[in-house]
Amino acid sequence: MLSIRIENNTPALKVDFGLPMGTLSAIVGPSGSGKTSVLRAVAGLLAPSHSLISFDNDVWADTETRYFRPAYQRPLGFVTQSFGLFPHLTATENVSAALNHLPRRERGVEAQRFLELVGIGGLADRQPSELSGGQSQRVAMARALARKPRLLLLDEPFSALDHSTRKRLRVELKRLQDALAMTVLFVTHDLDEAAELSQNMVLLRRGQVVQQGPTRELLRRPSTVEAARLMNFANLAKAEWVGSDASGITLRWGDVLLNAEIGPKSPPEGQIYWTIRTSDVFLVKDDHPNESSLGTILSADITEIIEMGSSVLVSVIVARSGGESLRLRLRPGALHRHNVSKGSRIRIALHAQSLVLLQS
Amino acid sequence: MDWNAFNLSLQLAAWTLALLLPIGVVTGRWLAKTQTRARPWLQAFFALPLVLPPTVVGYYLLIFTGTRSPLGELIMSWFGVSLVFSFPGLVVASILVNLPFAILPVQRAFEVVSSELYDAAACCGMTPWQTFTRVEMPLAWPGVLSAAVLTLGHTLGEFGVVLMVGGNIPGETRTLSIAIFDRVQAFDPLAAGQMAGFLLLISLVTVALGYGVLERRERRRRRST
Repeated sequence: MLSIRIENNTPALKVDFGLPMGTLSAIVGPSGSGKTSVLRAVAGLLAPSHSLISFDNDVWADTETRYFRPAYQRPLGFVTQSFGLFPHLTATENVSAALNHLPRRERGVEAQRFLELVGIGGLADRQPSELSGGQSQRVAMARALARKPRLLLLDEPFSALDHSTRKRLRVELKRLQDALAMTVLFVTHDLDEAAELSQNMVLLRRGQVVQQGPTRELLRRPSTVEAARLMNFANLAKAEWVGSDASGITLRWGDVLLNAEIGPKSPPEGQIYWTIRTSDVFLVKDDHPNESSLGTILSADITEIIEMGSSVLVSVIVARSGGESLRLRLRPGALHRHNVSKGSRIRIALHAQSLVLLQS
Repeated sequence: MDWNAFNLSLQLAAWTLALLLPIGVVTGRWLAKTQTRARPWLQAFFALPLVLPPTVVGYYLLIFTGTRSPLGELIMSWFGVSLVFSFPGLVVASILVNLPFAILPVQRAFEVVSSELYDAAACCGMTPWQTFTRVEMPLAWPGVLSAAVLTLGHTLGEFGVVLMVGGNIPGETRTLSIAIFDRVQAFDPLAAGQMAGFLLLISLVTVALGYGVLERRERRRRRST
């Protein structure tokens, strides 16, 4: 377990979370949320006023006992946002710089092996100034891997790269992590990147953890309004608590009754926020019965259709909801199949399992 | 041509360089990295010899290191030497007046080594000493070379403070620049002209060699970008 407990004033941080060994985890948050500072503290490049950082029961920093292991003694590799390649050294020499544990004569061969591992064996003699962004990123990755680190830290590793290079390197990172069975922790402000790569996710905002857990679970079920907003849940609405029984919770949204399977056991004070993913709002055929296994079926009028390549984002105003709107993500073919366009009245289904109740 | 004076000038330059360059590297690097609020004052202190007349520096050295001063007495009792009108005194004076030439270029050179490279070196497992020798120095050496060239050239030509602290003792404190002054005073323009020309040539060659090395490096760097 990588265990991270940090309290600090400047930058303001108050985080306490653990991540399983051998997994790929992401810290996600907007700019200025403290993501990089957490990574730097784990690396030993930042000494917070209070911290307890341990990796696989090996303590790296503990301010209680005034223990601080310097960065060069921690078994980790770190790829920073701008890669930090030594400008006076070639690609091979940059990688060799991390091979201090080997005899000098073996370093060149080993460095070449790591450059080949990341697919740039032919660029060994290039200086950093002669490399493109993607190539520099690979040299930095080879250098970070060369120490055979137990923990690999990546700070927005793909942000400086073009779209196609980014996609290719994401696949390579996954492959490397599988092959080398490392624990990887990376920070990103790109939720899609985190969703695609990570098994665990930590949502960070203003130096504090908003939510943490397995990525799939987090993406499906944000626990708070803040988490839902951070993860760009487009559908966020307030409803009245009607009651709960063994089958679930009933809410009143305008004049509409909604059902949710999971939620708080007791009624909250005042209204409760709820959300549903755009891809979990289904379009229902006209001849489909109102009472069905699809969940609550509602009538709605389409106000906007935005085609986004592989999907279509449809905004609707839901009838009897008091003028509230929802968004649903459909496949392009679905629009033609259901023969709908802007202004059409459609029926949508909200399944109780997909309805997520949030803490304020 | 006063070869003794020339020899003494070379010795003074060599001693000054050997003792001052490590001081310059350590202090310049520290000034480049420190966050202390006293930095402007420290920088001003090290730059003082640039703006003060050498006679003022020489005067204070005489006052503080003279045989009747507490510091002078201490040095005499510990090392058995006087710092006024002696070669060791010239070396100390030369080090002090050359501080800005040794420190400021080194400081500028270390300032451009980005903090990210320190982080990268630490995460490569490099100790602070390995980071210094393998990352910092290779990047900052043009600044160190500039400091060496300027210190060497300035020491060879130093006049005011040498005259104030060392006087004009042949074989002990009479450097080439003092010998030139001495020959001019003695209405011997031929000897003064020979020595002045020689000093001019040596200074020019030293500085040109230094700049040449830096220029070659810069050209190589531009070619690779």
